[in-house]
Formats: sequence, structure tokens, C-alpha cells
Amino acid sequence: MKIMTLKKVVLISSLLGALLILVILISILVGSAHVDPLRSIHILFQSLFGLTGAGTETEEAIVLSIRFPRALLAGLVGAGLSVSGAIFQALLRNPLADPYILGVSSGAAVGAIIAILMGLGTLSLGTPLASSIGALLTILTVFYFGKQDGKIHPNTLLLAGVITSSFLSALIMFFISVSQREELHTIIFWLMGDFSLSNYRAIRVVLPYVLLGFFSLYLHARQLNLILSGEENALQLGVDVERLKLISYFSASLITAASVSVCGLIGFVGLIVPHSVRLLFGPDHRLLLPASALVGAAFLIASDTLARTLLAPVELPVGVITAAFGGPFFIYLLRTRKVVRTI
Amino acid sequence: MIEVKSVSFRYHDDWVLRDLSFRVDKGEFIGVIGPNGSGKTTLLKSLYRLLSPQSGEILLDGILLKEMTRTGIARKIAVVAQETQLLFPFRVMEVVLTGRSPYLGHLMFESERDLDIAKKAMAWTDVLPFSERPIDELSGGERKRVFIARALAQEPDVILLDEPAASLDIHHQIDFLDLILTLNRERRLTIVMASHDMNLASEFCDRLILLKEGRIHKIGPPREVITRENIENVYGCKVWVDSNPLSGMPRITLLKKEARS
Repeated sequence: MKIMTLKKVVLISSLLGALLILVILISILVGSAHVDPLRSIHILFQSLFGLTGAGTETEEAIVLSIRFPRALLAGLVGAGLSVSGAIFQALLRNPLADPYILGVSSGAAVGAIIAILMGLGTLSLGTPLASSIGALLTILTVFYFGKQDGKIHPNTLLLAGVITSSFLSALIMFFISVSQREELHTIIFWLMGDFSLSNYRAIRVVLPYVLLGFFSLYLHARQLNLILSGEENALQLGVDVERLKLISYFSASLITAASVSVCGLIGFVGLIVPHSVRLLFGPDHRLLLPASALVGAAFLIASDTLARTLLAPVELPVGVITAAFGGPFFIYLLRTRKVVRTI
Repeated sequence: MIEVKSVSFRYHDDWVLRDLSFRVDKGEFIGVIGPNGSGKTTLLKSLYRLLSPQSGEILLDGILLKEMTRTGIARKIAVVAQETQLLFPFRVMEVVLTGRSPYLGHLMFESERDLDIAKKAMAWTDVLPFSERPIDELSGGERKRVFIARALAQEPDVILLDEPAASLDIHHQIDFLDLILTLNRERRLTIVMASHDMNLASEFCDRLILLKEGRIHKIGPPREVITRENIENVYGCKVWVDSNPLSGMPRITLLKKEARS
């Protein structure tokens, strides 16, 4: 009889992990500046053991300071957004939910735009810090308006989120309309998602949120399965539903906030990755969460690699790629899978 | 054993349960009947603490319900609701296995033993043949039996049923209630069933609780509860009550206007 086992989770995660490593390797081999592929890999592996000297200084800089951190950051953000999307779909019991649906992204955008307009965009952590503050304020505001009698009501939360988000979008429009040309370019790129300024510091900012968020959510993976069939159902089976909703909301929101703050808005990943994984492996969160994280990471690294190589040396916003390639692939999955297992 | 002591509950300003007291002994089959809005569902929901009464207390095997953990309650009480939301086409096997949830830790996967218990529960309710099918492909009667199997997988002492037979045709109704009665008799499971169908409740239950506006109007064996006088008092309409010639239990017949006078 087919049931979810630890063995199955480990096996599938390992396979997807191998795929992710492959994608990371490919992503550091290609780029607008030419570095010999074999040498790139040599440089990377040497550095893992603290050694240098496999390539020239420029080559080492390209591989280790530009391409590798960029792949890592894209991977982290891809994993974070995908996990967060899966959680929002379960929490709001709405298949159209994504990490941005409750306005976290709009709050982050307002913060980032204010920082850019105030000229803080050139400071290394100016924009990320401002956008985190914007995102956090939004998370708290939506939570405040989204609960009744101290309890989270998914529909009220959804309405509160959507309305807060619309209000913040109005602010974004306003700021865009009054900004100067150079600022406008920075703002637009931020709004479409941008990994060109990746560095290890950004990775250190995001990593703890994604890791902690993931583990606190994974701890409740089995309970998340139960809440999909309704809160009363979960409660009848012994789940502390209010606590579960609280943990889900804050973990998923904080992951989103951290991701958005370092690279701007990257649409689509958090919507289609969890759905694709459900179509492939079923809806059980014990497999869905790790598989979404790994697939999301690989997908965003691959998209970002395409974004910076397709029209090199010109870089496309990565959001263009995620939507252009992810959309058709999702439709393909939707049409070819016999049993459609979505929410 | 369930003890309900002067329990009152209100949603906002309207009292839905008013000072209810009764007890259910182990192995009893109790029916809760009463008009719409008389508090049947609210009472059931209070019994597993989906709702917490503002006053009074409920004890489960001598322990205060409000001091028990959620998993503790779920190990003793299983609920089969009227309609279960089916947002997600989990397979029958997966649905029944969720009944093991109260026994599993945070990160745990179901063991061989859990699988065994689930299979036995499915064999009891005769759903094993379609254990691999998605739940939304089953008929209403089959689906009910899946949720009974899930309840059995919880290894509870008590099963709460809210309008269990409401959406079923008479064949499936009787199959379903026979199954419940077998569980009650052979496994000594305590059953509390809220129902609109007084004739079925009269046939199957040991005792009935007749609710009127959140109060117990009458509690006792069907013969004492289902009388013309009680029914007219509570429902405010005239009915014909006689006894079923085969079982000897009280039977209600609804009459049209001319026949009532």
C-alpha cells in the first residue's frame, strides 16, 4: 500500500538535491565573461577546501565573488518563496495564494522605494533594511486586521491582506510618478527582481530566516495536511489549530520578507513551484515542503542564469524568465497529469 | 463516561445551551433530538471542545475536558461530521491513516502498526477494496464509511455523530446505522448521535435527549421521550405517535392538515 514514508522523502529529496547541485554547477560555468568551464569547477572545489591558485585572480573573482554567491542567493530565495507559497495555499485554503498575496511584498516595495528615493540605495544594506521594515510593518498590520476574537480567520486574513496590498500599491504608484529618471530605473529593476548585486552578506541575511522558517514549518508538516480538509477536521484529530495558523503565518511571512528584501519582487515562483510539486508527488506536506524548496531553488537559479546570459551582456529581469518559462511548463504539467492533485 | 454539569453556552448574546446536565455511560448509544436551532450541534461541538461553554463543566472519564490536551481528547473521542470538506483529493488510505494522527509525534511517519490498525478499520467498514481511490470519487455512502473507518483508527472510546444519515438514501442510512450499532454492541463504543430523524433515533438509541431552545425537555428511553405530548410541546406541531409493530418502539407519523384535526 502506498503511504508516505521517511524513506520516500529522503530518496526524492536526494534526487532533487543532486539536480540542484547540477544546476548550481552549470550556472557558474556560463556567463558574459568567458572562463574555461573545467577551470571554473576547479576554482570552486579548491575554494571549498580554502585553497586558491587554480585560475587567474580575475577568473577566481568571477567564479567565487560573482557567480557562486549569486547562485546561492537565487537558490535560497527560490527555496524560500516556494515553501512560503505552499504554506499560504494551505493556510488560506486557496490555490491562487502566493507569498505576495497578503501584501508582504508591497510593504517591502514601499520600504525599498523610500530608501532609493532618499538616496540610501547605494549603501550596502540600505535598501534591504528599509524593505524589511516595510515588510514587517505590513505583516503586523495584516495580522492585526485579519483576526477576530483573537483567532485567525483565513478569509478575513485574505481580505485584510489584499486590501492592505492595494493601498500600498497606490503608494508605490505615487512614488514612481514623482521619482527622477535614474531612480526610476533602480526602482523598476527592484520591482522586477534583481540578483545582480548578490554577495555573501545578503546570503547571511536571508539564510537564517529561510532555515528557521523551514524547520518550524516542517515540524508541523503532518498537521498542515490535516488543516487542508478544514479547521474543524484538524481539531477533531488533535491539532492545536490556532497555534498552527499562527506559526504558519509568521514563518511564511518572515521567509518572504527576508527573500524580497535582498532581491526585490520575483513573481510566479511561489505560485507554480508548489503546484508543480503537488502534481508530481502529491499533496503531503512531509514531502511537499522539502521538494518545493529544492525544486524552487533549482528553478530560480536556472531562471537567473538564463536572465543574465540570454541577451548578454544585457541582463533581463529574472521575473521575465520565471513567468515566460514557468507558465508554459505549468500548463504542460496540468494537462498531462491524469490525476490533477491540486488544492 | 461523559458527564455534563450545568453547561451553558452562548454565541455573542444568544444563549444556545442553557444549564444542561446529563451523563452518558460507557457503551451507551445516545440520541440527541430536537428542532432546528435547539442546540444539538452546539452540544456535540462542546463535547469535544470545538466550543468551550461559558459556564458549567464537562468531564471525560472523570477528567475536566478543558484541562485535557487536544491530542488527549482526540484519543478518546472521534467525530464523524455531517459533511467533511473535501478540498483535497487525498486517497482513502491516506484519509483513514490521519486517524492515527493523535498518536504521532511532530515529525513522525505512520508505522507498520498504524498501517495495520488503519487496514483493520477499513476492513470493518468494508472500504478496503477502494483504499487507493481518491476520496472525491466515492459515493456519499462509501464516503461516510471511510470517515467511520478513520474514526475507528483513532481507537476512541466515544464516537460523536452529527446528522450521520442526513444525506444518504434509505438503504445506505440503514447500512450505516447497522454498522454504528454493531460497533456499539461488539466494541462497547459509546455513541452520541445528533439526528433529525426521530424514527431512526427511536429504533437505534438506548436513550434520547430531547432539546428545546437549549434546554433538556426530556431525557430517557425512547418510549418515555417520544410521546405525542412531548413532540407537540417541543416542535409545536401535531403528529401521530404509535408503536412500530415489529420493534415495539415509538413511531412518529406526520399528518396533513385535514388529518390533524
